Amino acid sequence: MDFSKEKSEFYNNLTKTIRRHIVKMTNHAGSGHPGGSLSATELLSVLFFEHMNVDSNNPDWQDRDCFFLSKGHCTPVFYSVLAEKGFFPVDELMTFRDVDGRLHGHPCGEHIPGVDISSGSLGQGLSVANGVGLIAKLDGSNRRSYCMIGDGELQEGQVWEAAMTSAQYNLDNVCAIIDWNKIQLDDFVENVKGVKNLGDKFRAFGWHVVEIDGHDINAVNEAYKEAKRTKGRPTAILAHTVKGKGVSFMEDTHDWHGMAPNDEQLETALKELA
Amino acid sequence: MANQEAPRKGFADALIRLGEKHDNLVVLDADCAKSNMTNLYKNRFPDRFFNIGISECDLVGTAAGMAVAGKVPFANAYANFLTGRAFDQMRISVCYSNNNVKIVGHNAGTSAAQEGATHLPLEDISLMRSLPRMTVIVPADAVEMEKAVEAAYYHEGPIYLRVGKLPVPIVTKKEEPFKIGKAIKYREGADITIISTGIMLDESLKAVAELEKQGVSAELLHIHTIKPIDKEAIIASAAKTKHVITVEEHSIIGGLGSAVAEVLSEHQPAKLRRIGTNDRFGVSGKMDELLDLFELRAHRIVSTANELLGHRVTS
Ligand SMILES: Cc1ncc(C[n+]2csc(CCOP(=O)(O)OP(=O)(O)O)c2C)c(N)n1
Ligand SMILES: [Mg+2]
Repeated sequence: MDFSKEKSEFYNNLTKTIRRHIVKMTNHAGSGHPGGSLSATELLSVLFFEHMNVDSNNPDWQDRDCFFLSKGHCTPVFYSVLAEKGFFPVDELMTFRDVDGRLHGHPCGEHIPGVDISSGSLGQGLSVANGVGLIAKLDGSNRRSYCMIGDGELQEGQVWEAAMTSAQYNLDNVCAIIDWNKIQLDDFVENVKGVKNLGDKFRAFGWHVVEIDGHDINAVNEAYKEAKRTKGRPTAILAHTVKGKGVSFMEDTHDWHGMAPNDEQLETALKELA
Repeated sequence: MANQEAPRKGFADALIRLGEKHDNLVVLDADCAKSNMTNLYKNRFPDRFFNIGISECDLVGTAAGMAVAGKVPFANAYANFLTGRAFDQMRISVCYSNNNVKIVGHNAGTSAAQEGATHLPLEDISLMRSLPRMTVIVPADAVEMEKAVEAAYYHEGPIYLRVGKLPVPIVTKKEEPFKIGKAIKYREGADITIISTGIMLDESLKAVAELEKQGVSAELLHIHTIKPIDKEAIIASAAKTKHVITVEEHSIIGGLGSAVAEVLSEHQPAKLRRIGTNDRFGVSGKMDELLDLFELRAHRIVSTANELLGHRVTS
């Protein structure tokens, strides 16, 4: 079922706010990763505001759902969602990458409320998600374990080692979200080391696959629901997205993978996101 | 102010020059060709460049295969992900098999800057030094980098070369000869020996000048090859000065400081202090802010020298 008019309006505003944070934070730092943050905005917003069973006042609560940002460079979107969800003050976002702050370039599991693991070395998140999934089963807990992976990141062998573990143990409490924006650091994924037929790949590994438009909040919401309903198998949400989504000059190019907007570019971006 | 240049630029220039002369030189990267400047090699020699994707283990294994097939591969990735993740591939497919692979660790030390702890390589030298047959080279600046790349190409056997991303002052001289395993004496002195590696040569030169003003005669050895280390040079200097300080943009565990400590304790016991990062992870910050935070600065070398020599520190 689609979101109500009010809910749609809420997400419209929220995702715009988050995109504004993303460009402002990277501008403030003079570095960082806007492209893969903008592509993941709807996916993370709907996950945290609709599905994740977490308590920002008690971030380490034992039975909480876990989220692992395996593509750890996308802290601008992750920190923004956490701040908007109340894990820490929104003002703190403007300390992004400061030497005396805690909002480091890549997530630090020890110091930032709502961050369940340190990441930034690509390929490690799904194994960690499986660890939580396995123990949830052992403990008879209903908690769920989510992991977001980049499409370029899928080139790391560990992702596929982990994908086999999830299927072997029937981890239906594990959900992998692939931000399929078609672009990595150097180039288009298909020009570097292609991940074509991604649905078939995951299905062959024993996964349930949902393929969606990752910027359609209703589709995103339904995908998370379907993952929850799916029993006996882990679910991979393959989300077709646009790298740099929402800022015209950042869209669909690897140039803005790891580059910050200067003041002028920031102004243009904020106008587009008004 | 000295001229500044990014070490990676010196690396890329030298690689292309060598590529022009030698068609057995092949270059691999792991989706960081833009950042590592190996895309310059790619543009010049598209057939002899391979982007293996975000797959560091695969990258090193593939490079080993290329060496088996008779080429001289330079395998590039960010230093941490390369040395940490692909350690076993280096151990088995490269070093144990004695394959002629050049491993290039980029974004070295504090030049990973605002990327933060995950990206700041502070343990790579330690890891690489532990591998049998691995030669470990840590140049001081872009000029020395060019010579190191050349020497690495002509050297038969595995090499780890550490390359920084951000501009640093040029402090070495073009005409200075570069020989793998040979320390370079930058200053003759009598009271204390300062041994630096990598970009710490710059701060060490400043420290030596400051010490001279304070009446301390410091000898300065620059060690670009951490393994095999120049034992003779270290022993000779320590025999003269009896006091040694090591300075590195890396953990004091397992890097230059450890290597020098091993030589001194076996051959020429001397008072030793190691300056580097102290068993900790990095944080995000501008390169200069990180060098300040870790106190990888001339003033620390100077105060450490005075402390070691038992001088009362005024100032
Ligand atoms: C193990 C590892 N290798 C290399 C990098 C450097 N790196 C950071 S992001 C990136 C590209 C990621 O592409 P993708 O997974 O598609 O992410 P997105 O498009 O969502 O930004 C690379 C190569 C890294 N962080 N970790
Ligand atoms: Mg991508």
